[in-house]
Amino acid sequence: MSGIGDWAIPSVIFLILMAGWLRGVNVFDCFLAGAREGISTAFDILPSLVALVLSIGIFRASGALDLLTTAISPAARLLLIPREVVPLALLRPVSGSGALVIFQDLLAQFGPDSMIGRIASVMEGSTETTFYTIAVYYGAASIQKTRHTLPAALFADLTGFLMSALAVRWFFYS
Amino acid sequence: MMTILFCAMILSGIFLGGLTGRMPQVSQAAIEQSGEAVTLTLSLLGNFCLWGGMMRIAEQAGLTRAAASFFSPLTRRLFGGLNPKGTAMRAITMNLTANLLGLGGAATPLGITAMKEMKKEERASHTATNNMALFVVMNTASLQLIPTTTAMLRSAAGSPHPLDILPSVWLASTVSVLCGIAAARLLSFWRGGQ
Repeated sequence: MSGIGDWAIPSVIFLILMAGWLRGVNVFDCFLAGAREGISTAFDILPSLVALVLSIGIFRASGALDLLTTAISPAARLLLIPREVVPLALLRPVSGSGALVIFQDLLAQFGPDSMIGRIASVMEGSTETTFYTIAVYYGAASIQKTRHTLPAALFADLTGFLMSALAVRWFFYS
Repeated sequence: MMTILFCAMILSGIFLGGLTGRMPQVSQAAIEQSGEAVTLTLSLLGNFCLWGGMMRIAEQAGLTRAAASFFSPLTRRLFGGLNPKGTAMRAITMNLTANLLGLGGAATPLGITAMKEMKKEERASHTATNNMALFVVMNTASLQLIPTTTAMLRSAAGSPHPLDILPSVWLASTVSVLCGIAAARLLSFWRGGQ
């Protein structure tokens, strides 16, 4: 299954290089110019990345995240989201690496093909690290007022989580 | 919005840490995590260079123009007001393509280029335009067709059919992307001023 993932990046690189070469593009100089731009892009996002990683680190270390999980669990149960995957849902929009750790724990604890394992997998696979994306994109473009971006993005995440639980129940357990 | 969130997370974290006696952990997190961000940037640096270079070649070879016109019926409708043949629209298309293919490493630098180009084309100062908000929302919802990392971890955890979740993933991500687009559209009356 990892086969598909292994092919994607090399084939894209192959196609681009081949097309550039065939069309007489000065491939090497072009690559250097683009790569140089990549350096400044990477440093453009550093300040917002520090702010984001710092606030999440403090929030988690203080135990505030665990508290929030406990507080939200009853509401999640009403929405057919099992209590066990609530930490994943909470962390997924905030920290990609943090969510990955929880996801792996859930797989190890309940098994990948249990209902909890499947719901966690669908959640992990159908959503992105929302806060990272917002911080990085707006930070790099130096936009301070993000207007309705965060509410709309969180609404999309919420529907994604709800649909994950519903879809798994529907496709596997009905 | 990000200011409120930033303050709320840090202040409540420090407050709670003080109450529960977790100050050592909080203090350690503050120092370590700032360094973590730099490590993260450095690890992204090579990736950004690789895809920045590749995209420059693709641009010169006319590949991005071809991709942009292929997706143009869709993108023109979503991002009204942008020049369908402009640099911003080309970057948007390439970002969405990279997302679909699951090339996360390529999607981020392309998305940043798209943001900068939109800012130029729409003459935005410090406030997001409707098109920027819509674009970021689409990037925060996953467009990836095959969640390779998830599949890999499932298979590592012993699942005989790690991709049997695909229909569920597609349903969930389609619904969430559509809801995100709808929400971004509906909320676009939201003004930036304070």
